[in-house]
Amino acid sequence: MRSILHSDCNSFYASVECLHRPEIRCKPVAVGGDPEQRHGIILAKNPLAGRYGVKTGQALWQARQKCPGLIIVPPNFPLYLRFSRLAKEIYLDYTDQVEPFGLDEAWLDITGNLSGNTGTFLAEEIRRRIKRELGITVSIGVSFNKVFAKLGSDYKKPDAVTVIEKSTYKKMVWPLPAGDLLYVGPSTQRRLSSYGIHTIGELAQSPLHLLRSLFGKYGEILHCFANGLDVSPVAKYDNQPTVKSIGNSATAPRDLLHNEDVRILLSVLADSVGRRLREQGFKARAVSIHIRDADLFSFSRQAVFPQYTNITSEILEKSFSLFRQNYSWGKPVRSIGMHVFDLTGDTVPTQANFFQDEKKRLRLEHLEKAADGLKNRFGTGILQPASQLIDRKLSQIDPKNDHNIHPVGFF
Amino acid sequence: MSCKKYVDVTARFTAEGTVLPLEIHWEDGRKYPIDRILDIRPAASLKAGGAGIRYTCRIEGRSKYLYLEENKWFVEAKEQ
Repeated sequence: MRSILHSDCNSFYASVECLHRPEIRCKPVAVGGDPEQRHGIILAKNPLAGRYGVKTGQALWQARQKCPGLIIVPPNFPLYLRFSRLAKEIYLDYTDQVEPFGLDEAWLDITGNLSGNTGTFLAEEIRRRIKRELGITVSIGVSFNKVFAKLGSDYKKPDAVTVIEKSTYKKMVWPLPAGDLLYVGPSTQRRLSSYGIHTIGELAQSPLHLLRSLFGKYGEILHCFANGLDVSPVAKYDNQPTVKSIGNSATAPRDLLHNEDVRILLSVLADSVGRRLREQGFKARAVSIHIRDADLFSFSRQAVFPQYTNITSEILEKSFSLFRQNYSWGKPVRSIGMHVFDLTGDTVPTQANFFQDEKKRLRLEHLEKAADGLKNRFGTGILQPASQLIDRKLSQIDPKNDHNIHPVGFF
Repeated sequence: MSCKKYVDVTARFTAEGTVLPLEIHWEDGRKYPIDRILDIRPAASLKAGGAGIRYTCRIEGRSKYLYLEENKWFVEAKEQ
């Protein structure tokens, strides 16, 4: 039987802030985005703020209404990255199978490194070490698969270890609401509820063919998860997952009102995406854009390039035409995301196009690499297309160097 | 109330890669030689608010904590 831990840093951002500011430690604290930049939501809160009903994702004004004395501090991502790294260094003392899940969570497979100890014993040791060495707390789930280990880390917090064994999972896991299970989001949960499936136990005992007819392949996965049959391995730490897409998104400091505004923001995003493509040695075959309007309604559209590319202007033109084809300006636009995918290495030979000036494309590529060099040395603003100067407030966003941390998927 | 105070430190970098603090320079110009390092371990300072490598040092006969936080040194000072 495997021995798998899932370690979850309790209210990570808020804990790191509280550690560094002893004066606010016993007050309700939240880490919030910058309302000036319209990122004014709660990113994390400490348990005291949680007691007032402050929730992650709430607007700052809503949170202040719930909790008038709330102390809101701006995020300090480099500091959180440092603490995430320090925690990982501790995990790596126990196994090389450490699979991070975001900044604040990680799975550890310690089956082969128990050397006479139990998983629980080592989990307790890790919990104590994180507290002593980093000054923050973790809750750790110990189980025989990744899904139950994750449930265990949510079972009791903060600063706790929960063990879910083969002999106890029916008693501990099955009464929990189905929504607690990894990958049961609000819409899946609603769908399950409409079939009378409310708990993980009911999910586990539902006929497989019903789940399959409801959710397809995903239904089988849920059935496996609920029955403790998840056998997915914990990845080795040096097995960095291969990059499947590169993207950035930005919420504009003001609403975008017409195509020109959108083009400026798209050009900023394309610049960042293009630079990251070239930096990592990729070319992409497809691009998708994600539009969110002022009413927070959002949708995505994607398109394919005629050939693999890492040229900023090609990415920009394709995404701009995609936008124009799909947006009728019923509402102003609030935020835009851009992703390129279907990646290949930039040294892979590609078919030249007879109807395109390939020499010019090659020159463009060289030009952009030269520009990248300048931007890396002197900052993103050193070279800009003149079109970005129309609205400096919009074009001052620097998606490449602002620390935008995206959640990762499980699969 | 105790607080975090970054300080100048004279240190010795050994051939093995260990960093050993030798002397703390206080802001008023006083220098405090470290008589002996009693313990080195990663630790958080709840008093000062920070985490790093904690050196337990004997200075003028008393044991004091000195923290190396990435590339800065701090101590738990008495007041601001």
